Amino acid sequence: MYLTKEEERMLNGEFGEGMRMAMELLVAIGDAYDAERMVPISRAHAASSGQEGDMYFVELLANGGASCRVPTSTNPVYDIEFFERVFEIPKEEAEVARRVKVGYKRIGAILSWCCIPYIAENIPNYGETVAFSESSATPYVNSVIGARTNREAAQSALAAGVIGKTPEYGLHFKENRRGTFLVKVEATLEDEFDYTLLGYYVGKQIGYGIPVFTGISKRPITEELINLCAMLNTSGAISMFHIHGFTVEAPTVKEAFQGDIPKDKITVTDHELKRVQEELQTTSGKIDLVMLGCPHYTLKQVGEVARLLEGKKIHRDVSFWVCTSATTKLLAERMGYVSVIERAGGHVVADTCIDEPCWHAYRDKVGITDSPKCAYYRRFKEATVARLQDCVEAAIKGERR
Amino acid sequence: MKHIILKGRTIVEGRRKAQALVSSKPISFLGGVDPANGKIIEKNHDLYGECIKDKILCFPHGHGSTVGSYVLYSLARKNLAPKAIVNQMADPVVVVGAIIADIPMVDQVDIKRIKTGDMVEVDAYKGVVKILKRRMS
Repeated sequence: MYLTKEEERMLNGEFGEGMRMAMELLVAIGDAYDAERMVPISRAHAASSGQEGDMYFVELLANGGASCRVPTSTNPVYDIEFFERVFEIPKEEAEVARRVKVGYKRIGAILSWCCIPYIAENIPNYGETVAFSESSATPYVNSVIGARTNREAAQSALAAGVIGKTPEYGLHFKENRRGTFLVKVEATLEDEFDYTLLGYYVGKQIGYGIPVFTGISKRPITEELINLCAMLNTSGAISMFHIHGFTVEAPTVKEAFQGDIPKDKITVTDHELKRVQEELQTTSGKIDLVMLGCPHYTLKQVGEVARLLEGKKIHRDVSFWVCTSATTKLLAERMGYVSVIERAGGHVVADTCIDEPCWHAYRDKVGITDSPKCAYYRRFKEATVARLQDCVEAAIKGERR
Repeated sequence: MKHIILKGRTIVEGRRKAQALVSSKPISFLGGVDPANGKIIEKNHDLYGECIKDKILCFPHGHGSTVGSYVLYSLARKNLAPKAIVNQMADPVVVVGAIIADIPMVDQVDIKRIKTGDMVEVDAYKGVVKILKRRMS
């Protein structure tokens, strides 16, 4: 890979050990993908998590004097002080999370602790070159916004934020953004849960590639797109898709494919979505907890939970959690949503992901969630998936029928 | 037996010899692999319950969480990582994990020709996989 004089000097350690290591990782990735050069990025999102590997890498860079050259937001860890009051958190684990948080602060990242920063804390514009990790974030910025990012790992995104550049390959090039697979949607898509099912099904069917959805007649709303992105990239490794007529690079089917429509195609009807839903409904009967907000709930979704819980009481044996960003929580408090949810016996918690060790207390419990991504992480003994309304109903009754 | 040589592309350099563990399904290291013991825990996965430690792990590509790279690194620190990774198509999340954990890796290999239990040498300097001995069946 060609490196400029400045990049060579970074790689030789003239800008400190932290930048040297970040550069070394980016050059190794560039070599693996036959990149010819590095390109500047305008922003990055690092899929931080409160885990050991995360702590190692951010401390390595921060101790080496590195700091972010472009705005670099962070994924959820968890609200350590809050959870230490609620659950017993092993000391070593809280220490890891604390060090992760300090590490990202020292490196000058945006302490968003949020997995959907692209709607509030760190928003790319059309055509920007960026490095966004996190399963829903990568496809969202590529497909919905039309910024350009590869499927970044947490560390490669952080390294790119520190250097302000990323190796140029893959989805940075227009020709690699063309659709590879036609998905004819004949299913009825009425709410964000239908998009969840669609994403989960299509990700599993295709695995890797760029699906082009046709047949969607109503403009999908932000929450529907967030869910589609998250689930496509959970069951599959899908960094980009097109929706004919709605996403920026797909005004026509021909433009989405940049030419001929390939032979590979699938048709999704109500039948397939129903089957996926049944497959995800792993249990019925008594439930111990409800987990919402994977990906983080938007203000609209927190408001919807409040509307469903208004004047109701959550069953006393059920814990009820809504995960969101600090930004959204602040607004939800201002709007009165948080107090409605708390009066019903639920919690709205910021900065926290379902895949964090703070939930250890639920290891042997049965949970219900509206997110197959949340269920996939298997933080509970059993996690069944249902529509939000059914999750709330189960919370009130204490059981899932 | 004459060694079968499968050509691929170098991702992370190194040379390792071990038994192959082959999957026809993609792997997500976060959620799909138990970081405490290196076992595959994704439900309905064809390697469910298998341990990836010290194996030549062959699978089509990665999927799921972009935090998977950290899990590979943690597995390596606990000596639970595979000896080498062979993919059909390199997913950046697996690539980054292999780089920071220093696990030799090649991609663009026709993994269907490798069977679980085969003794395999990955020469990731040259980007090739040699099947040294077929599993006794």
